[in-house]
Amino acid sequence: MSQLHYALFTGCTAKQSTPELLSSTLAVAEKLGIKITILEEASCCGASHLQDFDEFLAHVLNARNICYAEKLGLTMITICNTCQLNSAMTKHALDKDLVLKARVNEKLAEVGLEYKGTSEIKHFLYAIIDEYGLENVKDKVTVPLSHLNIAPFYGCHNIRPSELHEDANGHENPYNPNSLDRLITALEGHPVNYESKNKCCGFHVELQANHTSEVLAGNALLDAMDNNADMMVTPCPLCHLKMDTYQDSISKTMGRDVELPVLHMPQMVALALGCTEKEIGLNFHVQKAKHLYTA
Amino acid sequence: MSETVNQNNTTRKVTIKAFRFNAETDYLPYIKQYEMEVGKDELILDLMNKIKWEHDGSFSYRRSCRHGICGACAIKVNGKSVLACKQNAIELLDLFDNDITLEPSSKKRVIKDMIIDKSDFWEKHAAIKPYVVADIDPRPAHETKQSIEEFNNFMDSDLCIQCGACHYACPALEVNPDFLGPAALNAAYRFTVDTRDTAGDERLAITAQMGSGVWDCVKCFECAEACPKEINPIEKIGKLHNLQFVRGVAQSNVATRHAEGFLRGMMKTGYLDEADIVTYSEGYLGTLKHMGTAFKMMKSGKIHWHSGIPFINSIPKIKNLDEVQKLIEISQTNKL
Repeated sequence: MSQLHYALFTGCTAKQSTPELLSSTLAVAEKLGIKITILEEASCCGASHLQDFDEFLAHVLNARNICYAEKLGLTMITICNTCQLNSAMTKHALDKDLVLKARVNEKLAEVGLEYKGTSEIKHFLYAIIDEYGLENVKDKVTVPLSHLNIAPFYGCHNIRPSELHEDANGHENPYNPNSLDRLITALEGHPVNYESKNKCCGFHVELQANHTSEVLAGNALLDAMDNNADMMVTPCPLCHLKMDTYQDSISKTMGRDVELPVLHMPQMVALALGCTEKEIGLNFHVQKAKHLYTA
Repeated sequence: MSETVNQNNTTRKVTIKAFRFNAETDYLPYIKQYEMEVGKDELILDLMNKIKWEHDGSFSYRRSCRHGICGACAIKVNGKSVLACKQNAIELLDLFDNDITLEPSSKKRVIKDMIIDKSDFWEKHAAIKPYVVADIDPRPAHETKQSIEEFNNFMDSDLCIQCGACHYACPALEVNPDFLGPAALNAAYRFTVDTRDTAGDERLAITAQMGSGVWDCVKCFECAEACPKEINPIEKIGKLHNLQFVRGVAQSNVATRHAEGFLRGMMKTGYLDEADIVTYSEGYLGTLKHMGTAFKMMKSGKIHWHSGIPFINSIPKIKNLDEVQKLIEISQTNKL
């Protein structure tokens, strides 16, 4: 297999409140022999909120991000479901609507860029599964996760709308997704089967509809706990932020103690590949998770 | 689960589970199993007919047109919203490993088996004025003309058959019964952008209400997945968000500032400023309720000193930030 090389769109959270996501992503890539070029020029994707305010502007800014991956001739990989959604929405809209593409390119020309539509956009999870291959991941496991029941939490924006994602996520079915389950199995962990795995964490209404947000996160966390999960894993740092940092207030809302470590997908892989404690960064979790490092 | 595939591979013997409950006589719902042969072209509606006609005549469900247009037969199968007369059964048996359970669209609204009380759906639909409001001359000299482009603005949203699939797939609505939900919001969009209509701003004000309107959508895209007519209701919710700003009727509140406030951080660093977006959206008083979480995030290092002083200059700047600043300046079309 020739060496895989990707342009990494970090997103905002990996550069701010989840430094452990970036360090574990880079550590996993190095262990697997995947070359990563960080798109240091890339801005925020708008996270669907800027899209609510000004859809055209959001397309222009996302197209600019994609331009930098195109310049490198690389597939752009994301480590956040919402970055994946919004980048893919812009790509989809521009590739389908040539009038919109021309309008966006007119703006981009002002800063010397042109969106062509030549780069694919893929979440790191699916790059690992569909391009690197789970068999190859298996060969690299040095610390099997066989002592852990792991609840996969897929996060909405990697699996819905399925029509948008199907080329980039191996035709994952949003009603019965299995990629994270298969990854957990490849790392010799035990995937927890629970109803909430493809449900919403409530992150996006955290500020304006706090109760809804807390109940959705609480339902998922309790469902995982009731099915004997030792930890939850998610490919989305926004799901992580909602479910890790707010467990105290979620406990109050739900009237039950919620206590479950919520790991980023690359942190889980990093645990099994024997990356260092510093690279995995479990100390950055609000809900204690350091005990999961056993190497 | 017994499954045999017969020799010419055209039918499959399976056990179908169905949710049963009669609100008048039953204390609790229960699941019953029915064995049957399922052919490759059979629909979920055919399976329900078999249960009723060959196993138990008391099994109840709504059905009428059998052509995907009346919207009566929307149910859920293993949590997936389907229009029973449109959904191929073998497809679902394959997806769920031959283990499927027929369920009503909303278990807490069940009257009998698959039949639910949809009154909340209709109340919300009515609340957004789902009709063209216009002062029309009863004897016009010529018809009201609409261009193809104008018609195309709402053509797909007009395909709604009010089946309720998206409404009962919406998790925001399950938690917050005041939320209008994707079907009503789609209808609000459909009439608001109709060039004959004059009640757009009124409808936008209804759908902008905090607690019930578009800002309570959790952005899960369940509605886009559930709609049997491929309307993509959340896309219309996004357009309603934009229309508030386009038509200048958006009120400054936590949600609108949250949407617009992304640009503040992006102008400074290219990234969203995670701390600033909270204080800007909530206001200083509102920020107080986040202090506990902020403290926990500082303790764990989620708010950190790696790249500068937290809240002051800790966010790194992207390369070529000037491009983003210029693009915002020349491409921004809406204002709060």
